[in-house]
Amino acid sequence: MSNSVISVISRFLEEYTTSTPNKLKVVDAYLLYILLTGALQFLYCLLVGTFPFNSFLSGFISCVGSFILAVCLRIQINPQNKSDFLSVSPERAFADFLFAHTVLHLVVMNFIG
Amino acid sequence: LTKFGTEEKKMLKLSWSIKLNIQVLLLQFYSKIVFCFPFRFNYRSTHHLTSNGFYEFLNWFDERAWYPLGRIVGGTVYPGLMVTAGLIHYVLNLLHITVHIRDVCVFLAPVFSGLTSISTFLLTRELWNQGAGLLAACFIAIVPGYISRSVAGSFDNEGIAIFALQFTYYLWVKSVKTGSVFWAIGCCLSYFYMVSAWGGYVFIINLIPLHVFVLLLMQRFSRRVYIAYSTFYIIGLVLSMQIPFVGFQPIRTSEHMAAAGVFVLLQVYAFLQYLKDRLTRQEFQTLFFLGVALAAGVVFLSVIYLTYTGTNKLKCYAKIHIPIIASVSEHQPTTWVSFFFDLHILVCTFPAGLWFCIKNINDERVFVALYAISAVYFAGVMVRLMLTLTPVVCMLSAVAFSCVFEHYLGDDMKRQSPPAEDSRLGPNIKSIVTMLMLMLLMMFAVHCTWVTSNAYSSPSVVLASYNHDGSRNILDDFREAYYWLRQNTDEHARVMSWWDYGYQIAGMANRTTLVDNNTWNNSHIALVGKAMSSNETAAYEIMRSLDVDYVLIIFGGVIGYSGDDINKFLWMVRIAEGEHPRDIRESDYFTPQGEFRVDKAGSPTLLNCLMYKMSYYRFGEMQLDFRTPPGFDRTRNAEIGNKDIKLKHLEEAFTSEHWLVRIYKVKKLENRDRTSSL
Repeated sequence: MSNSVISVISRFLEEYTTSTPNKLKVVDAYLLYILLTGALQFLYCLLVGTFPFNSFLSGFISCVGSFILAVCLRIQINPQNKSDFLSVSPERAFADFLFAHTVLHLVVMNFIG
Repeated sequence: LTKFGTEEKKMLKLSWSIKLNIQVLLLQFYSKIVFCFPFRFNYRSTHHLTSNGFYEFLNWFDERAWYPLGRIVGGTVYPGLMVTAGLIHYVLNLLHITVHIRDVCVFLAPVFSGLTSISTFLLTRELWNQGAGLLAACFIAIVPGYISRSVAGSFDNEGIAIFALQFTYYLWVKSVKTGSVFWAIGCCLSYFYMVSAWGGYVFIINLIPLHVFVLLLMQRFSRRVYIAYSTFYIIGLVLSMQIPFVGFQPIRTSEHMAAAGVFVLLQVYAFLQYLKDRLTRQEFQTLFFLGVALAAGVVFLSVIYLTYTGTNKLKCYAKIHIPIIASVSEHQPTTWVSFFFDLHILVCTFPAGLWFCIKNINDERVFVALYAISAVYFAGVMVRLMLTLTPVVCMLSAVAFSCVFEHYLGDDMKRQSPPAEDSRLGPNIKSIVTMLMLMLLMMFAVHCTWVTSNAYSSPSVVLASYNHDGSRNILDDFREAYYWLRQNTDEHARVMSWWDYGYQIAGMANRTTLVDNNTWNNSHIALVGKAMSSNETAAYEIMRSLDVDYVLIIFGGVIGYSGDDINKFLWMVRIAEGEHPRDIRESDYFTPQGEFRVDKAGSPTLLNCLMYKMSYYRFGEMQLDFRTPPGFDRTRNAEIGNKDIKLKHLEEAFTSEHWLVRIYKVKKLENRDRTSSL
């Protein structure tokens, strides 16, 4: 069972490195970075405690929000998904991404206390 | 593709102006006062905001309410309404258009109801077509169910909340349709406005996840839904926690857990879809099993953790257990009469519209079908929630009418697929059906104007009655009494009354109150109830411990007003009994046969309690009519039992013209103790 899981994962990684365009790989690297940051924050919270709770929440939600927005960007600029998004060009997707981040960070800065 | 034609603009402007005209016309009868009970508090807070600034308002601690406890207003109120009114006032004054804040408050609701019309138009246009949108906007402009909350002078949260609700739903449907992050963020910002405006935002945060969940079940998952919901949830979550009153509730209470659950489910589902696209079936299956095992483990651990720390408490139905919530008349189940009164023919055409939507289903119409079903359920539970049903009824009825008109009015030859020779409709049938529909709409319009002018346009502060010759008789007792209090009592005097009148006393008389409509502290209200239900000596103890200077009651026996304190008395007893079961028992106030009577046959506990004495003090000398004996209570239709009332610790301070409001002063302690000997 574990053999097949490892072989599946290695085949998946090989297929990933060959078939995804470079643009998407950059976004994926960014996603991995955000994921690690979020995991670190959560670990810190578990170790040290939740005071002040609003600061922890704002930091954690900032990570989750950035992750989600980056995933949305990745979906929208993927040329395979073009049929789903007739009205959203890649440039528009990036502009939306920036707008969403402005709103997210304004709120996070207000919440961080 | 869908642009505003000039005709559509004209129609919208027409519907907005019809609405404004109807509502402002009604102001001619009464001067510009701010109506009803909760509105006084909203006005007072807005006044505080404009005089002292935004941060003062957020940090306001009100020591003139809930004496001696005080109330943290900034943390227990939805600031949207006050901030909106304050902002409009600020901007207008900045442009040197000097308007008083009272005028802004009075006219805020009609302006926002016009905006509601427009957002209903936009929403229905996204769901169906432009014709249905226009019909929906016209319906919601005049429907009585919404007019009650949007007349000029009604300054309450629902006035702006329904606009925020419709606009949020419009932006949500738009973001599901386009899959663009821009519309999703717009939806989040509108949702933030809704959270700041009304507690009903819980409806949005449960309906949208339900919509996404049903789409998943119907196998209508698409990347646009994923983008729309993920963005909405996470940014909406952090935005909603900015309101002090909401605080950390979105991640703690069970009402918000559905949204979080659907969010996690959606992430997992989307990730699995991504993997499925890339791997073969075999490989996918192995990974799938591993994933499911991991997920089950995580869920199991988190459930254990949450139950251990006790963060998630499911709320049981408060209505059954807490008498205060059960006593509010707006929380009773809705009768069929209310449905017809508030919605007229729309309630019949609404199922037809729902059927049309379900027959031609797509992503957005799933949403409106869910909205309709949940709104119908809630409206059946509480009269107050008729308001959330009204917009969706207007939309779906508009869809129904639009379909009918399109079918019977449209030119058959110009359609894309003209019907065959014999299945075409004859001109007779077409004209008959069209005439019938138009007649229905005209009757609806007549009904709405009648309802608005008669039922929803009088401020409950000023009562109107009609004499034998049909002329109107205005009873201004409430304002008379409040202004007496304002001008003849000490500024720091404390007034005890039942909680219904708290906001009015604080607003119009500007005196400190003990309990008010916020009803956040049940024990304090129970104390006041106990004082009203006990005999005079026991009540005096309580009143001295609370530093009460004046007591205010409403008495309707002279004019036959049925909303007075004696009619509410049993609720006072029940609430007091909930906290002090050994001192107060509800059965003591009934006769041995189980009747509630105020005449000679009434129970002695009732005839000697403080509320009875205050209501009927010196009423026994008053003969209203030569046909009835002195002391005849018109509301209860009985001659009172205890006519010779002597008050020991209170003295009568003021009684209004028609004896509606009676104010008593609490005497200080005696100089010498009469019972001591020497």
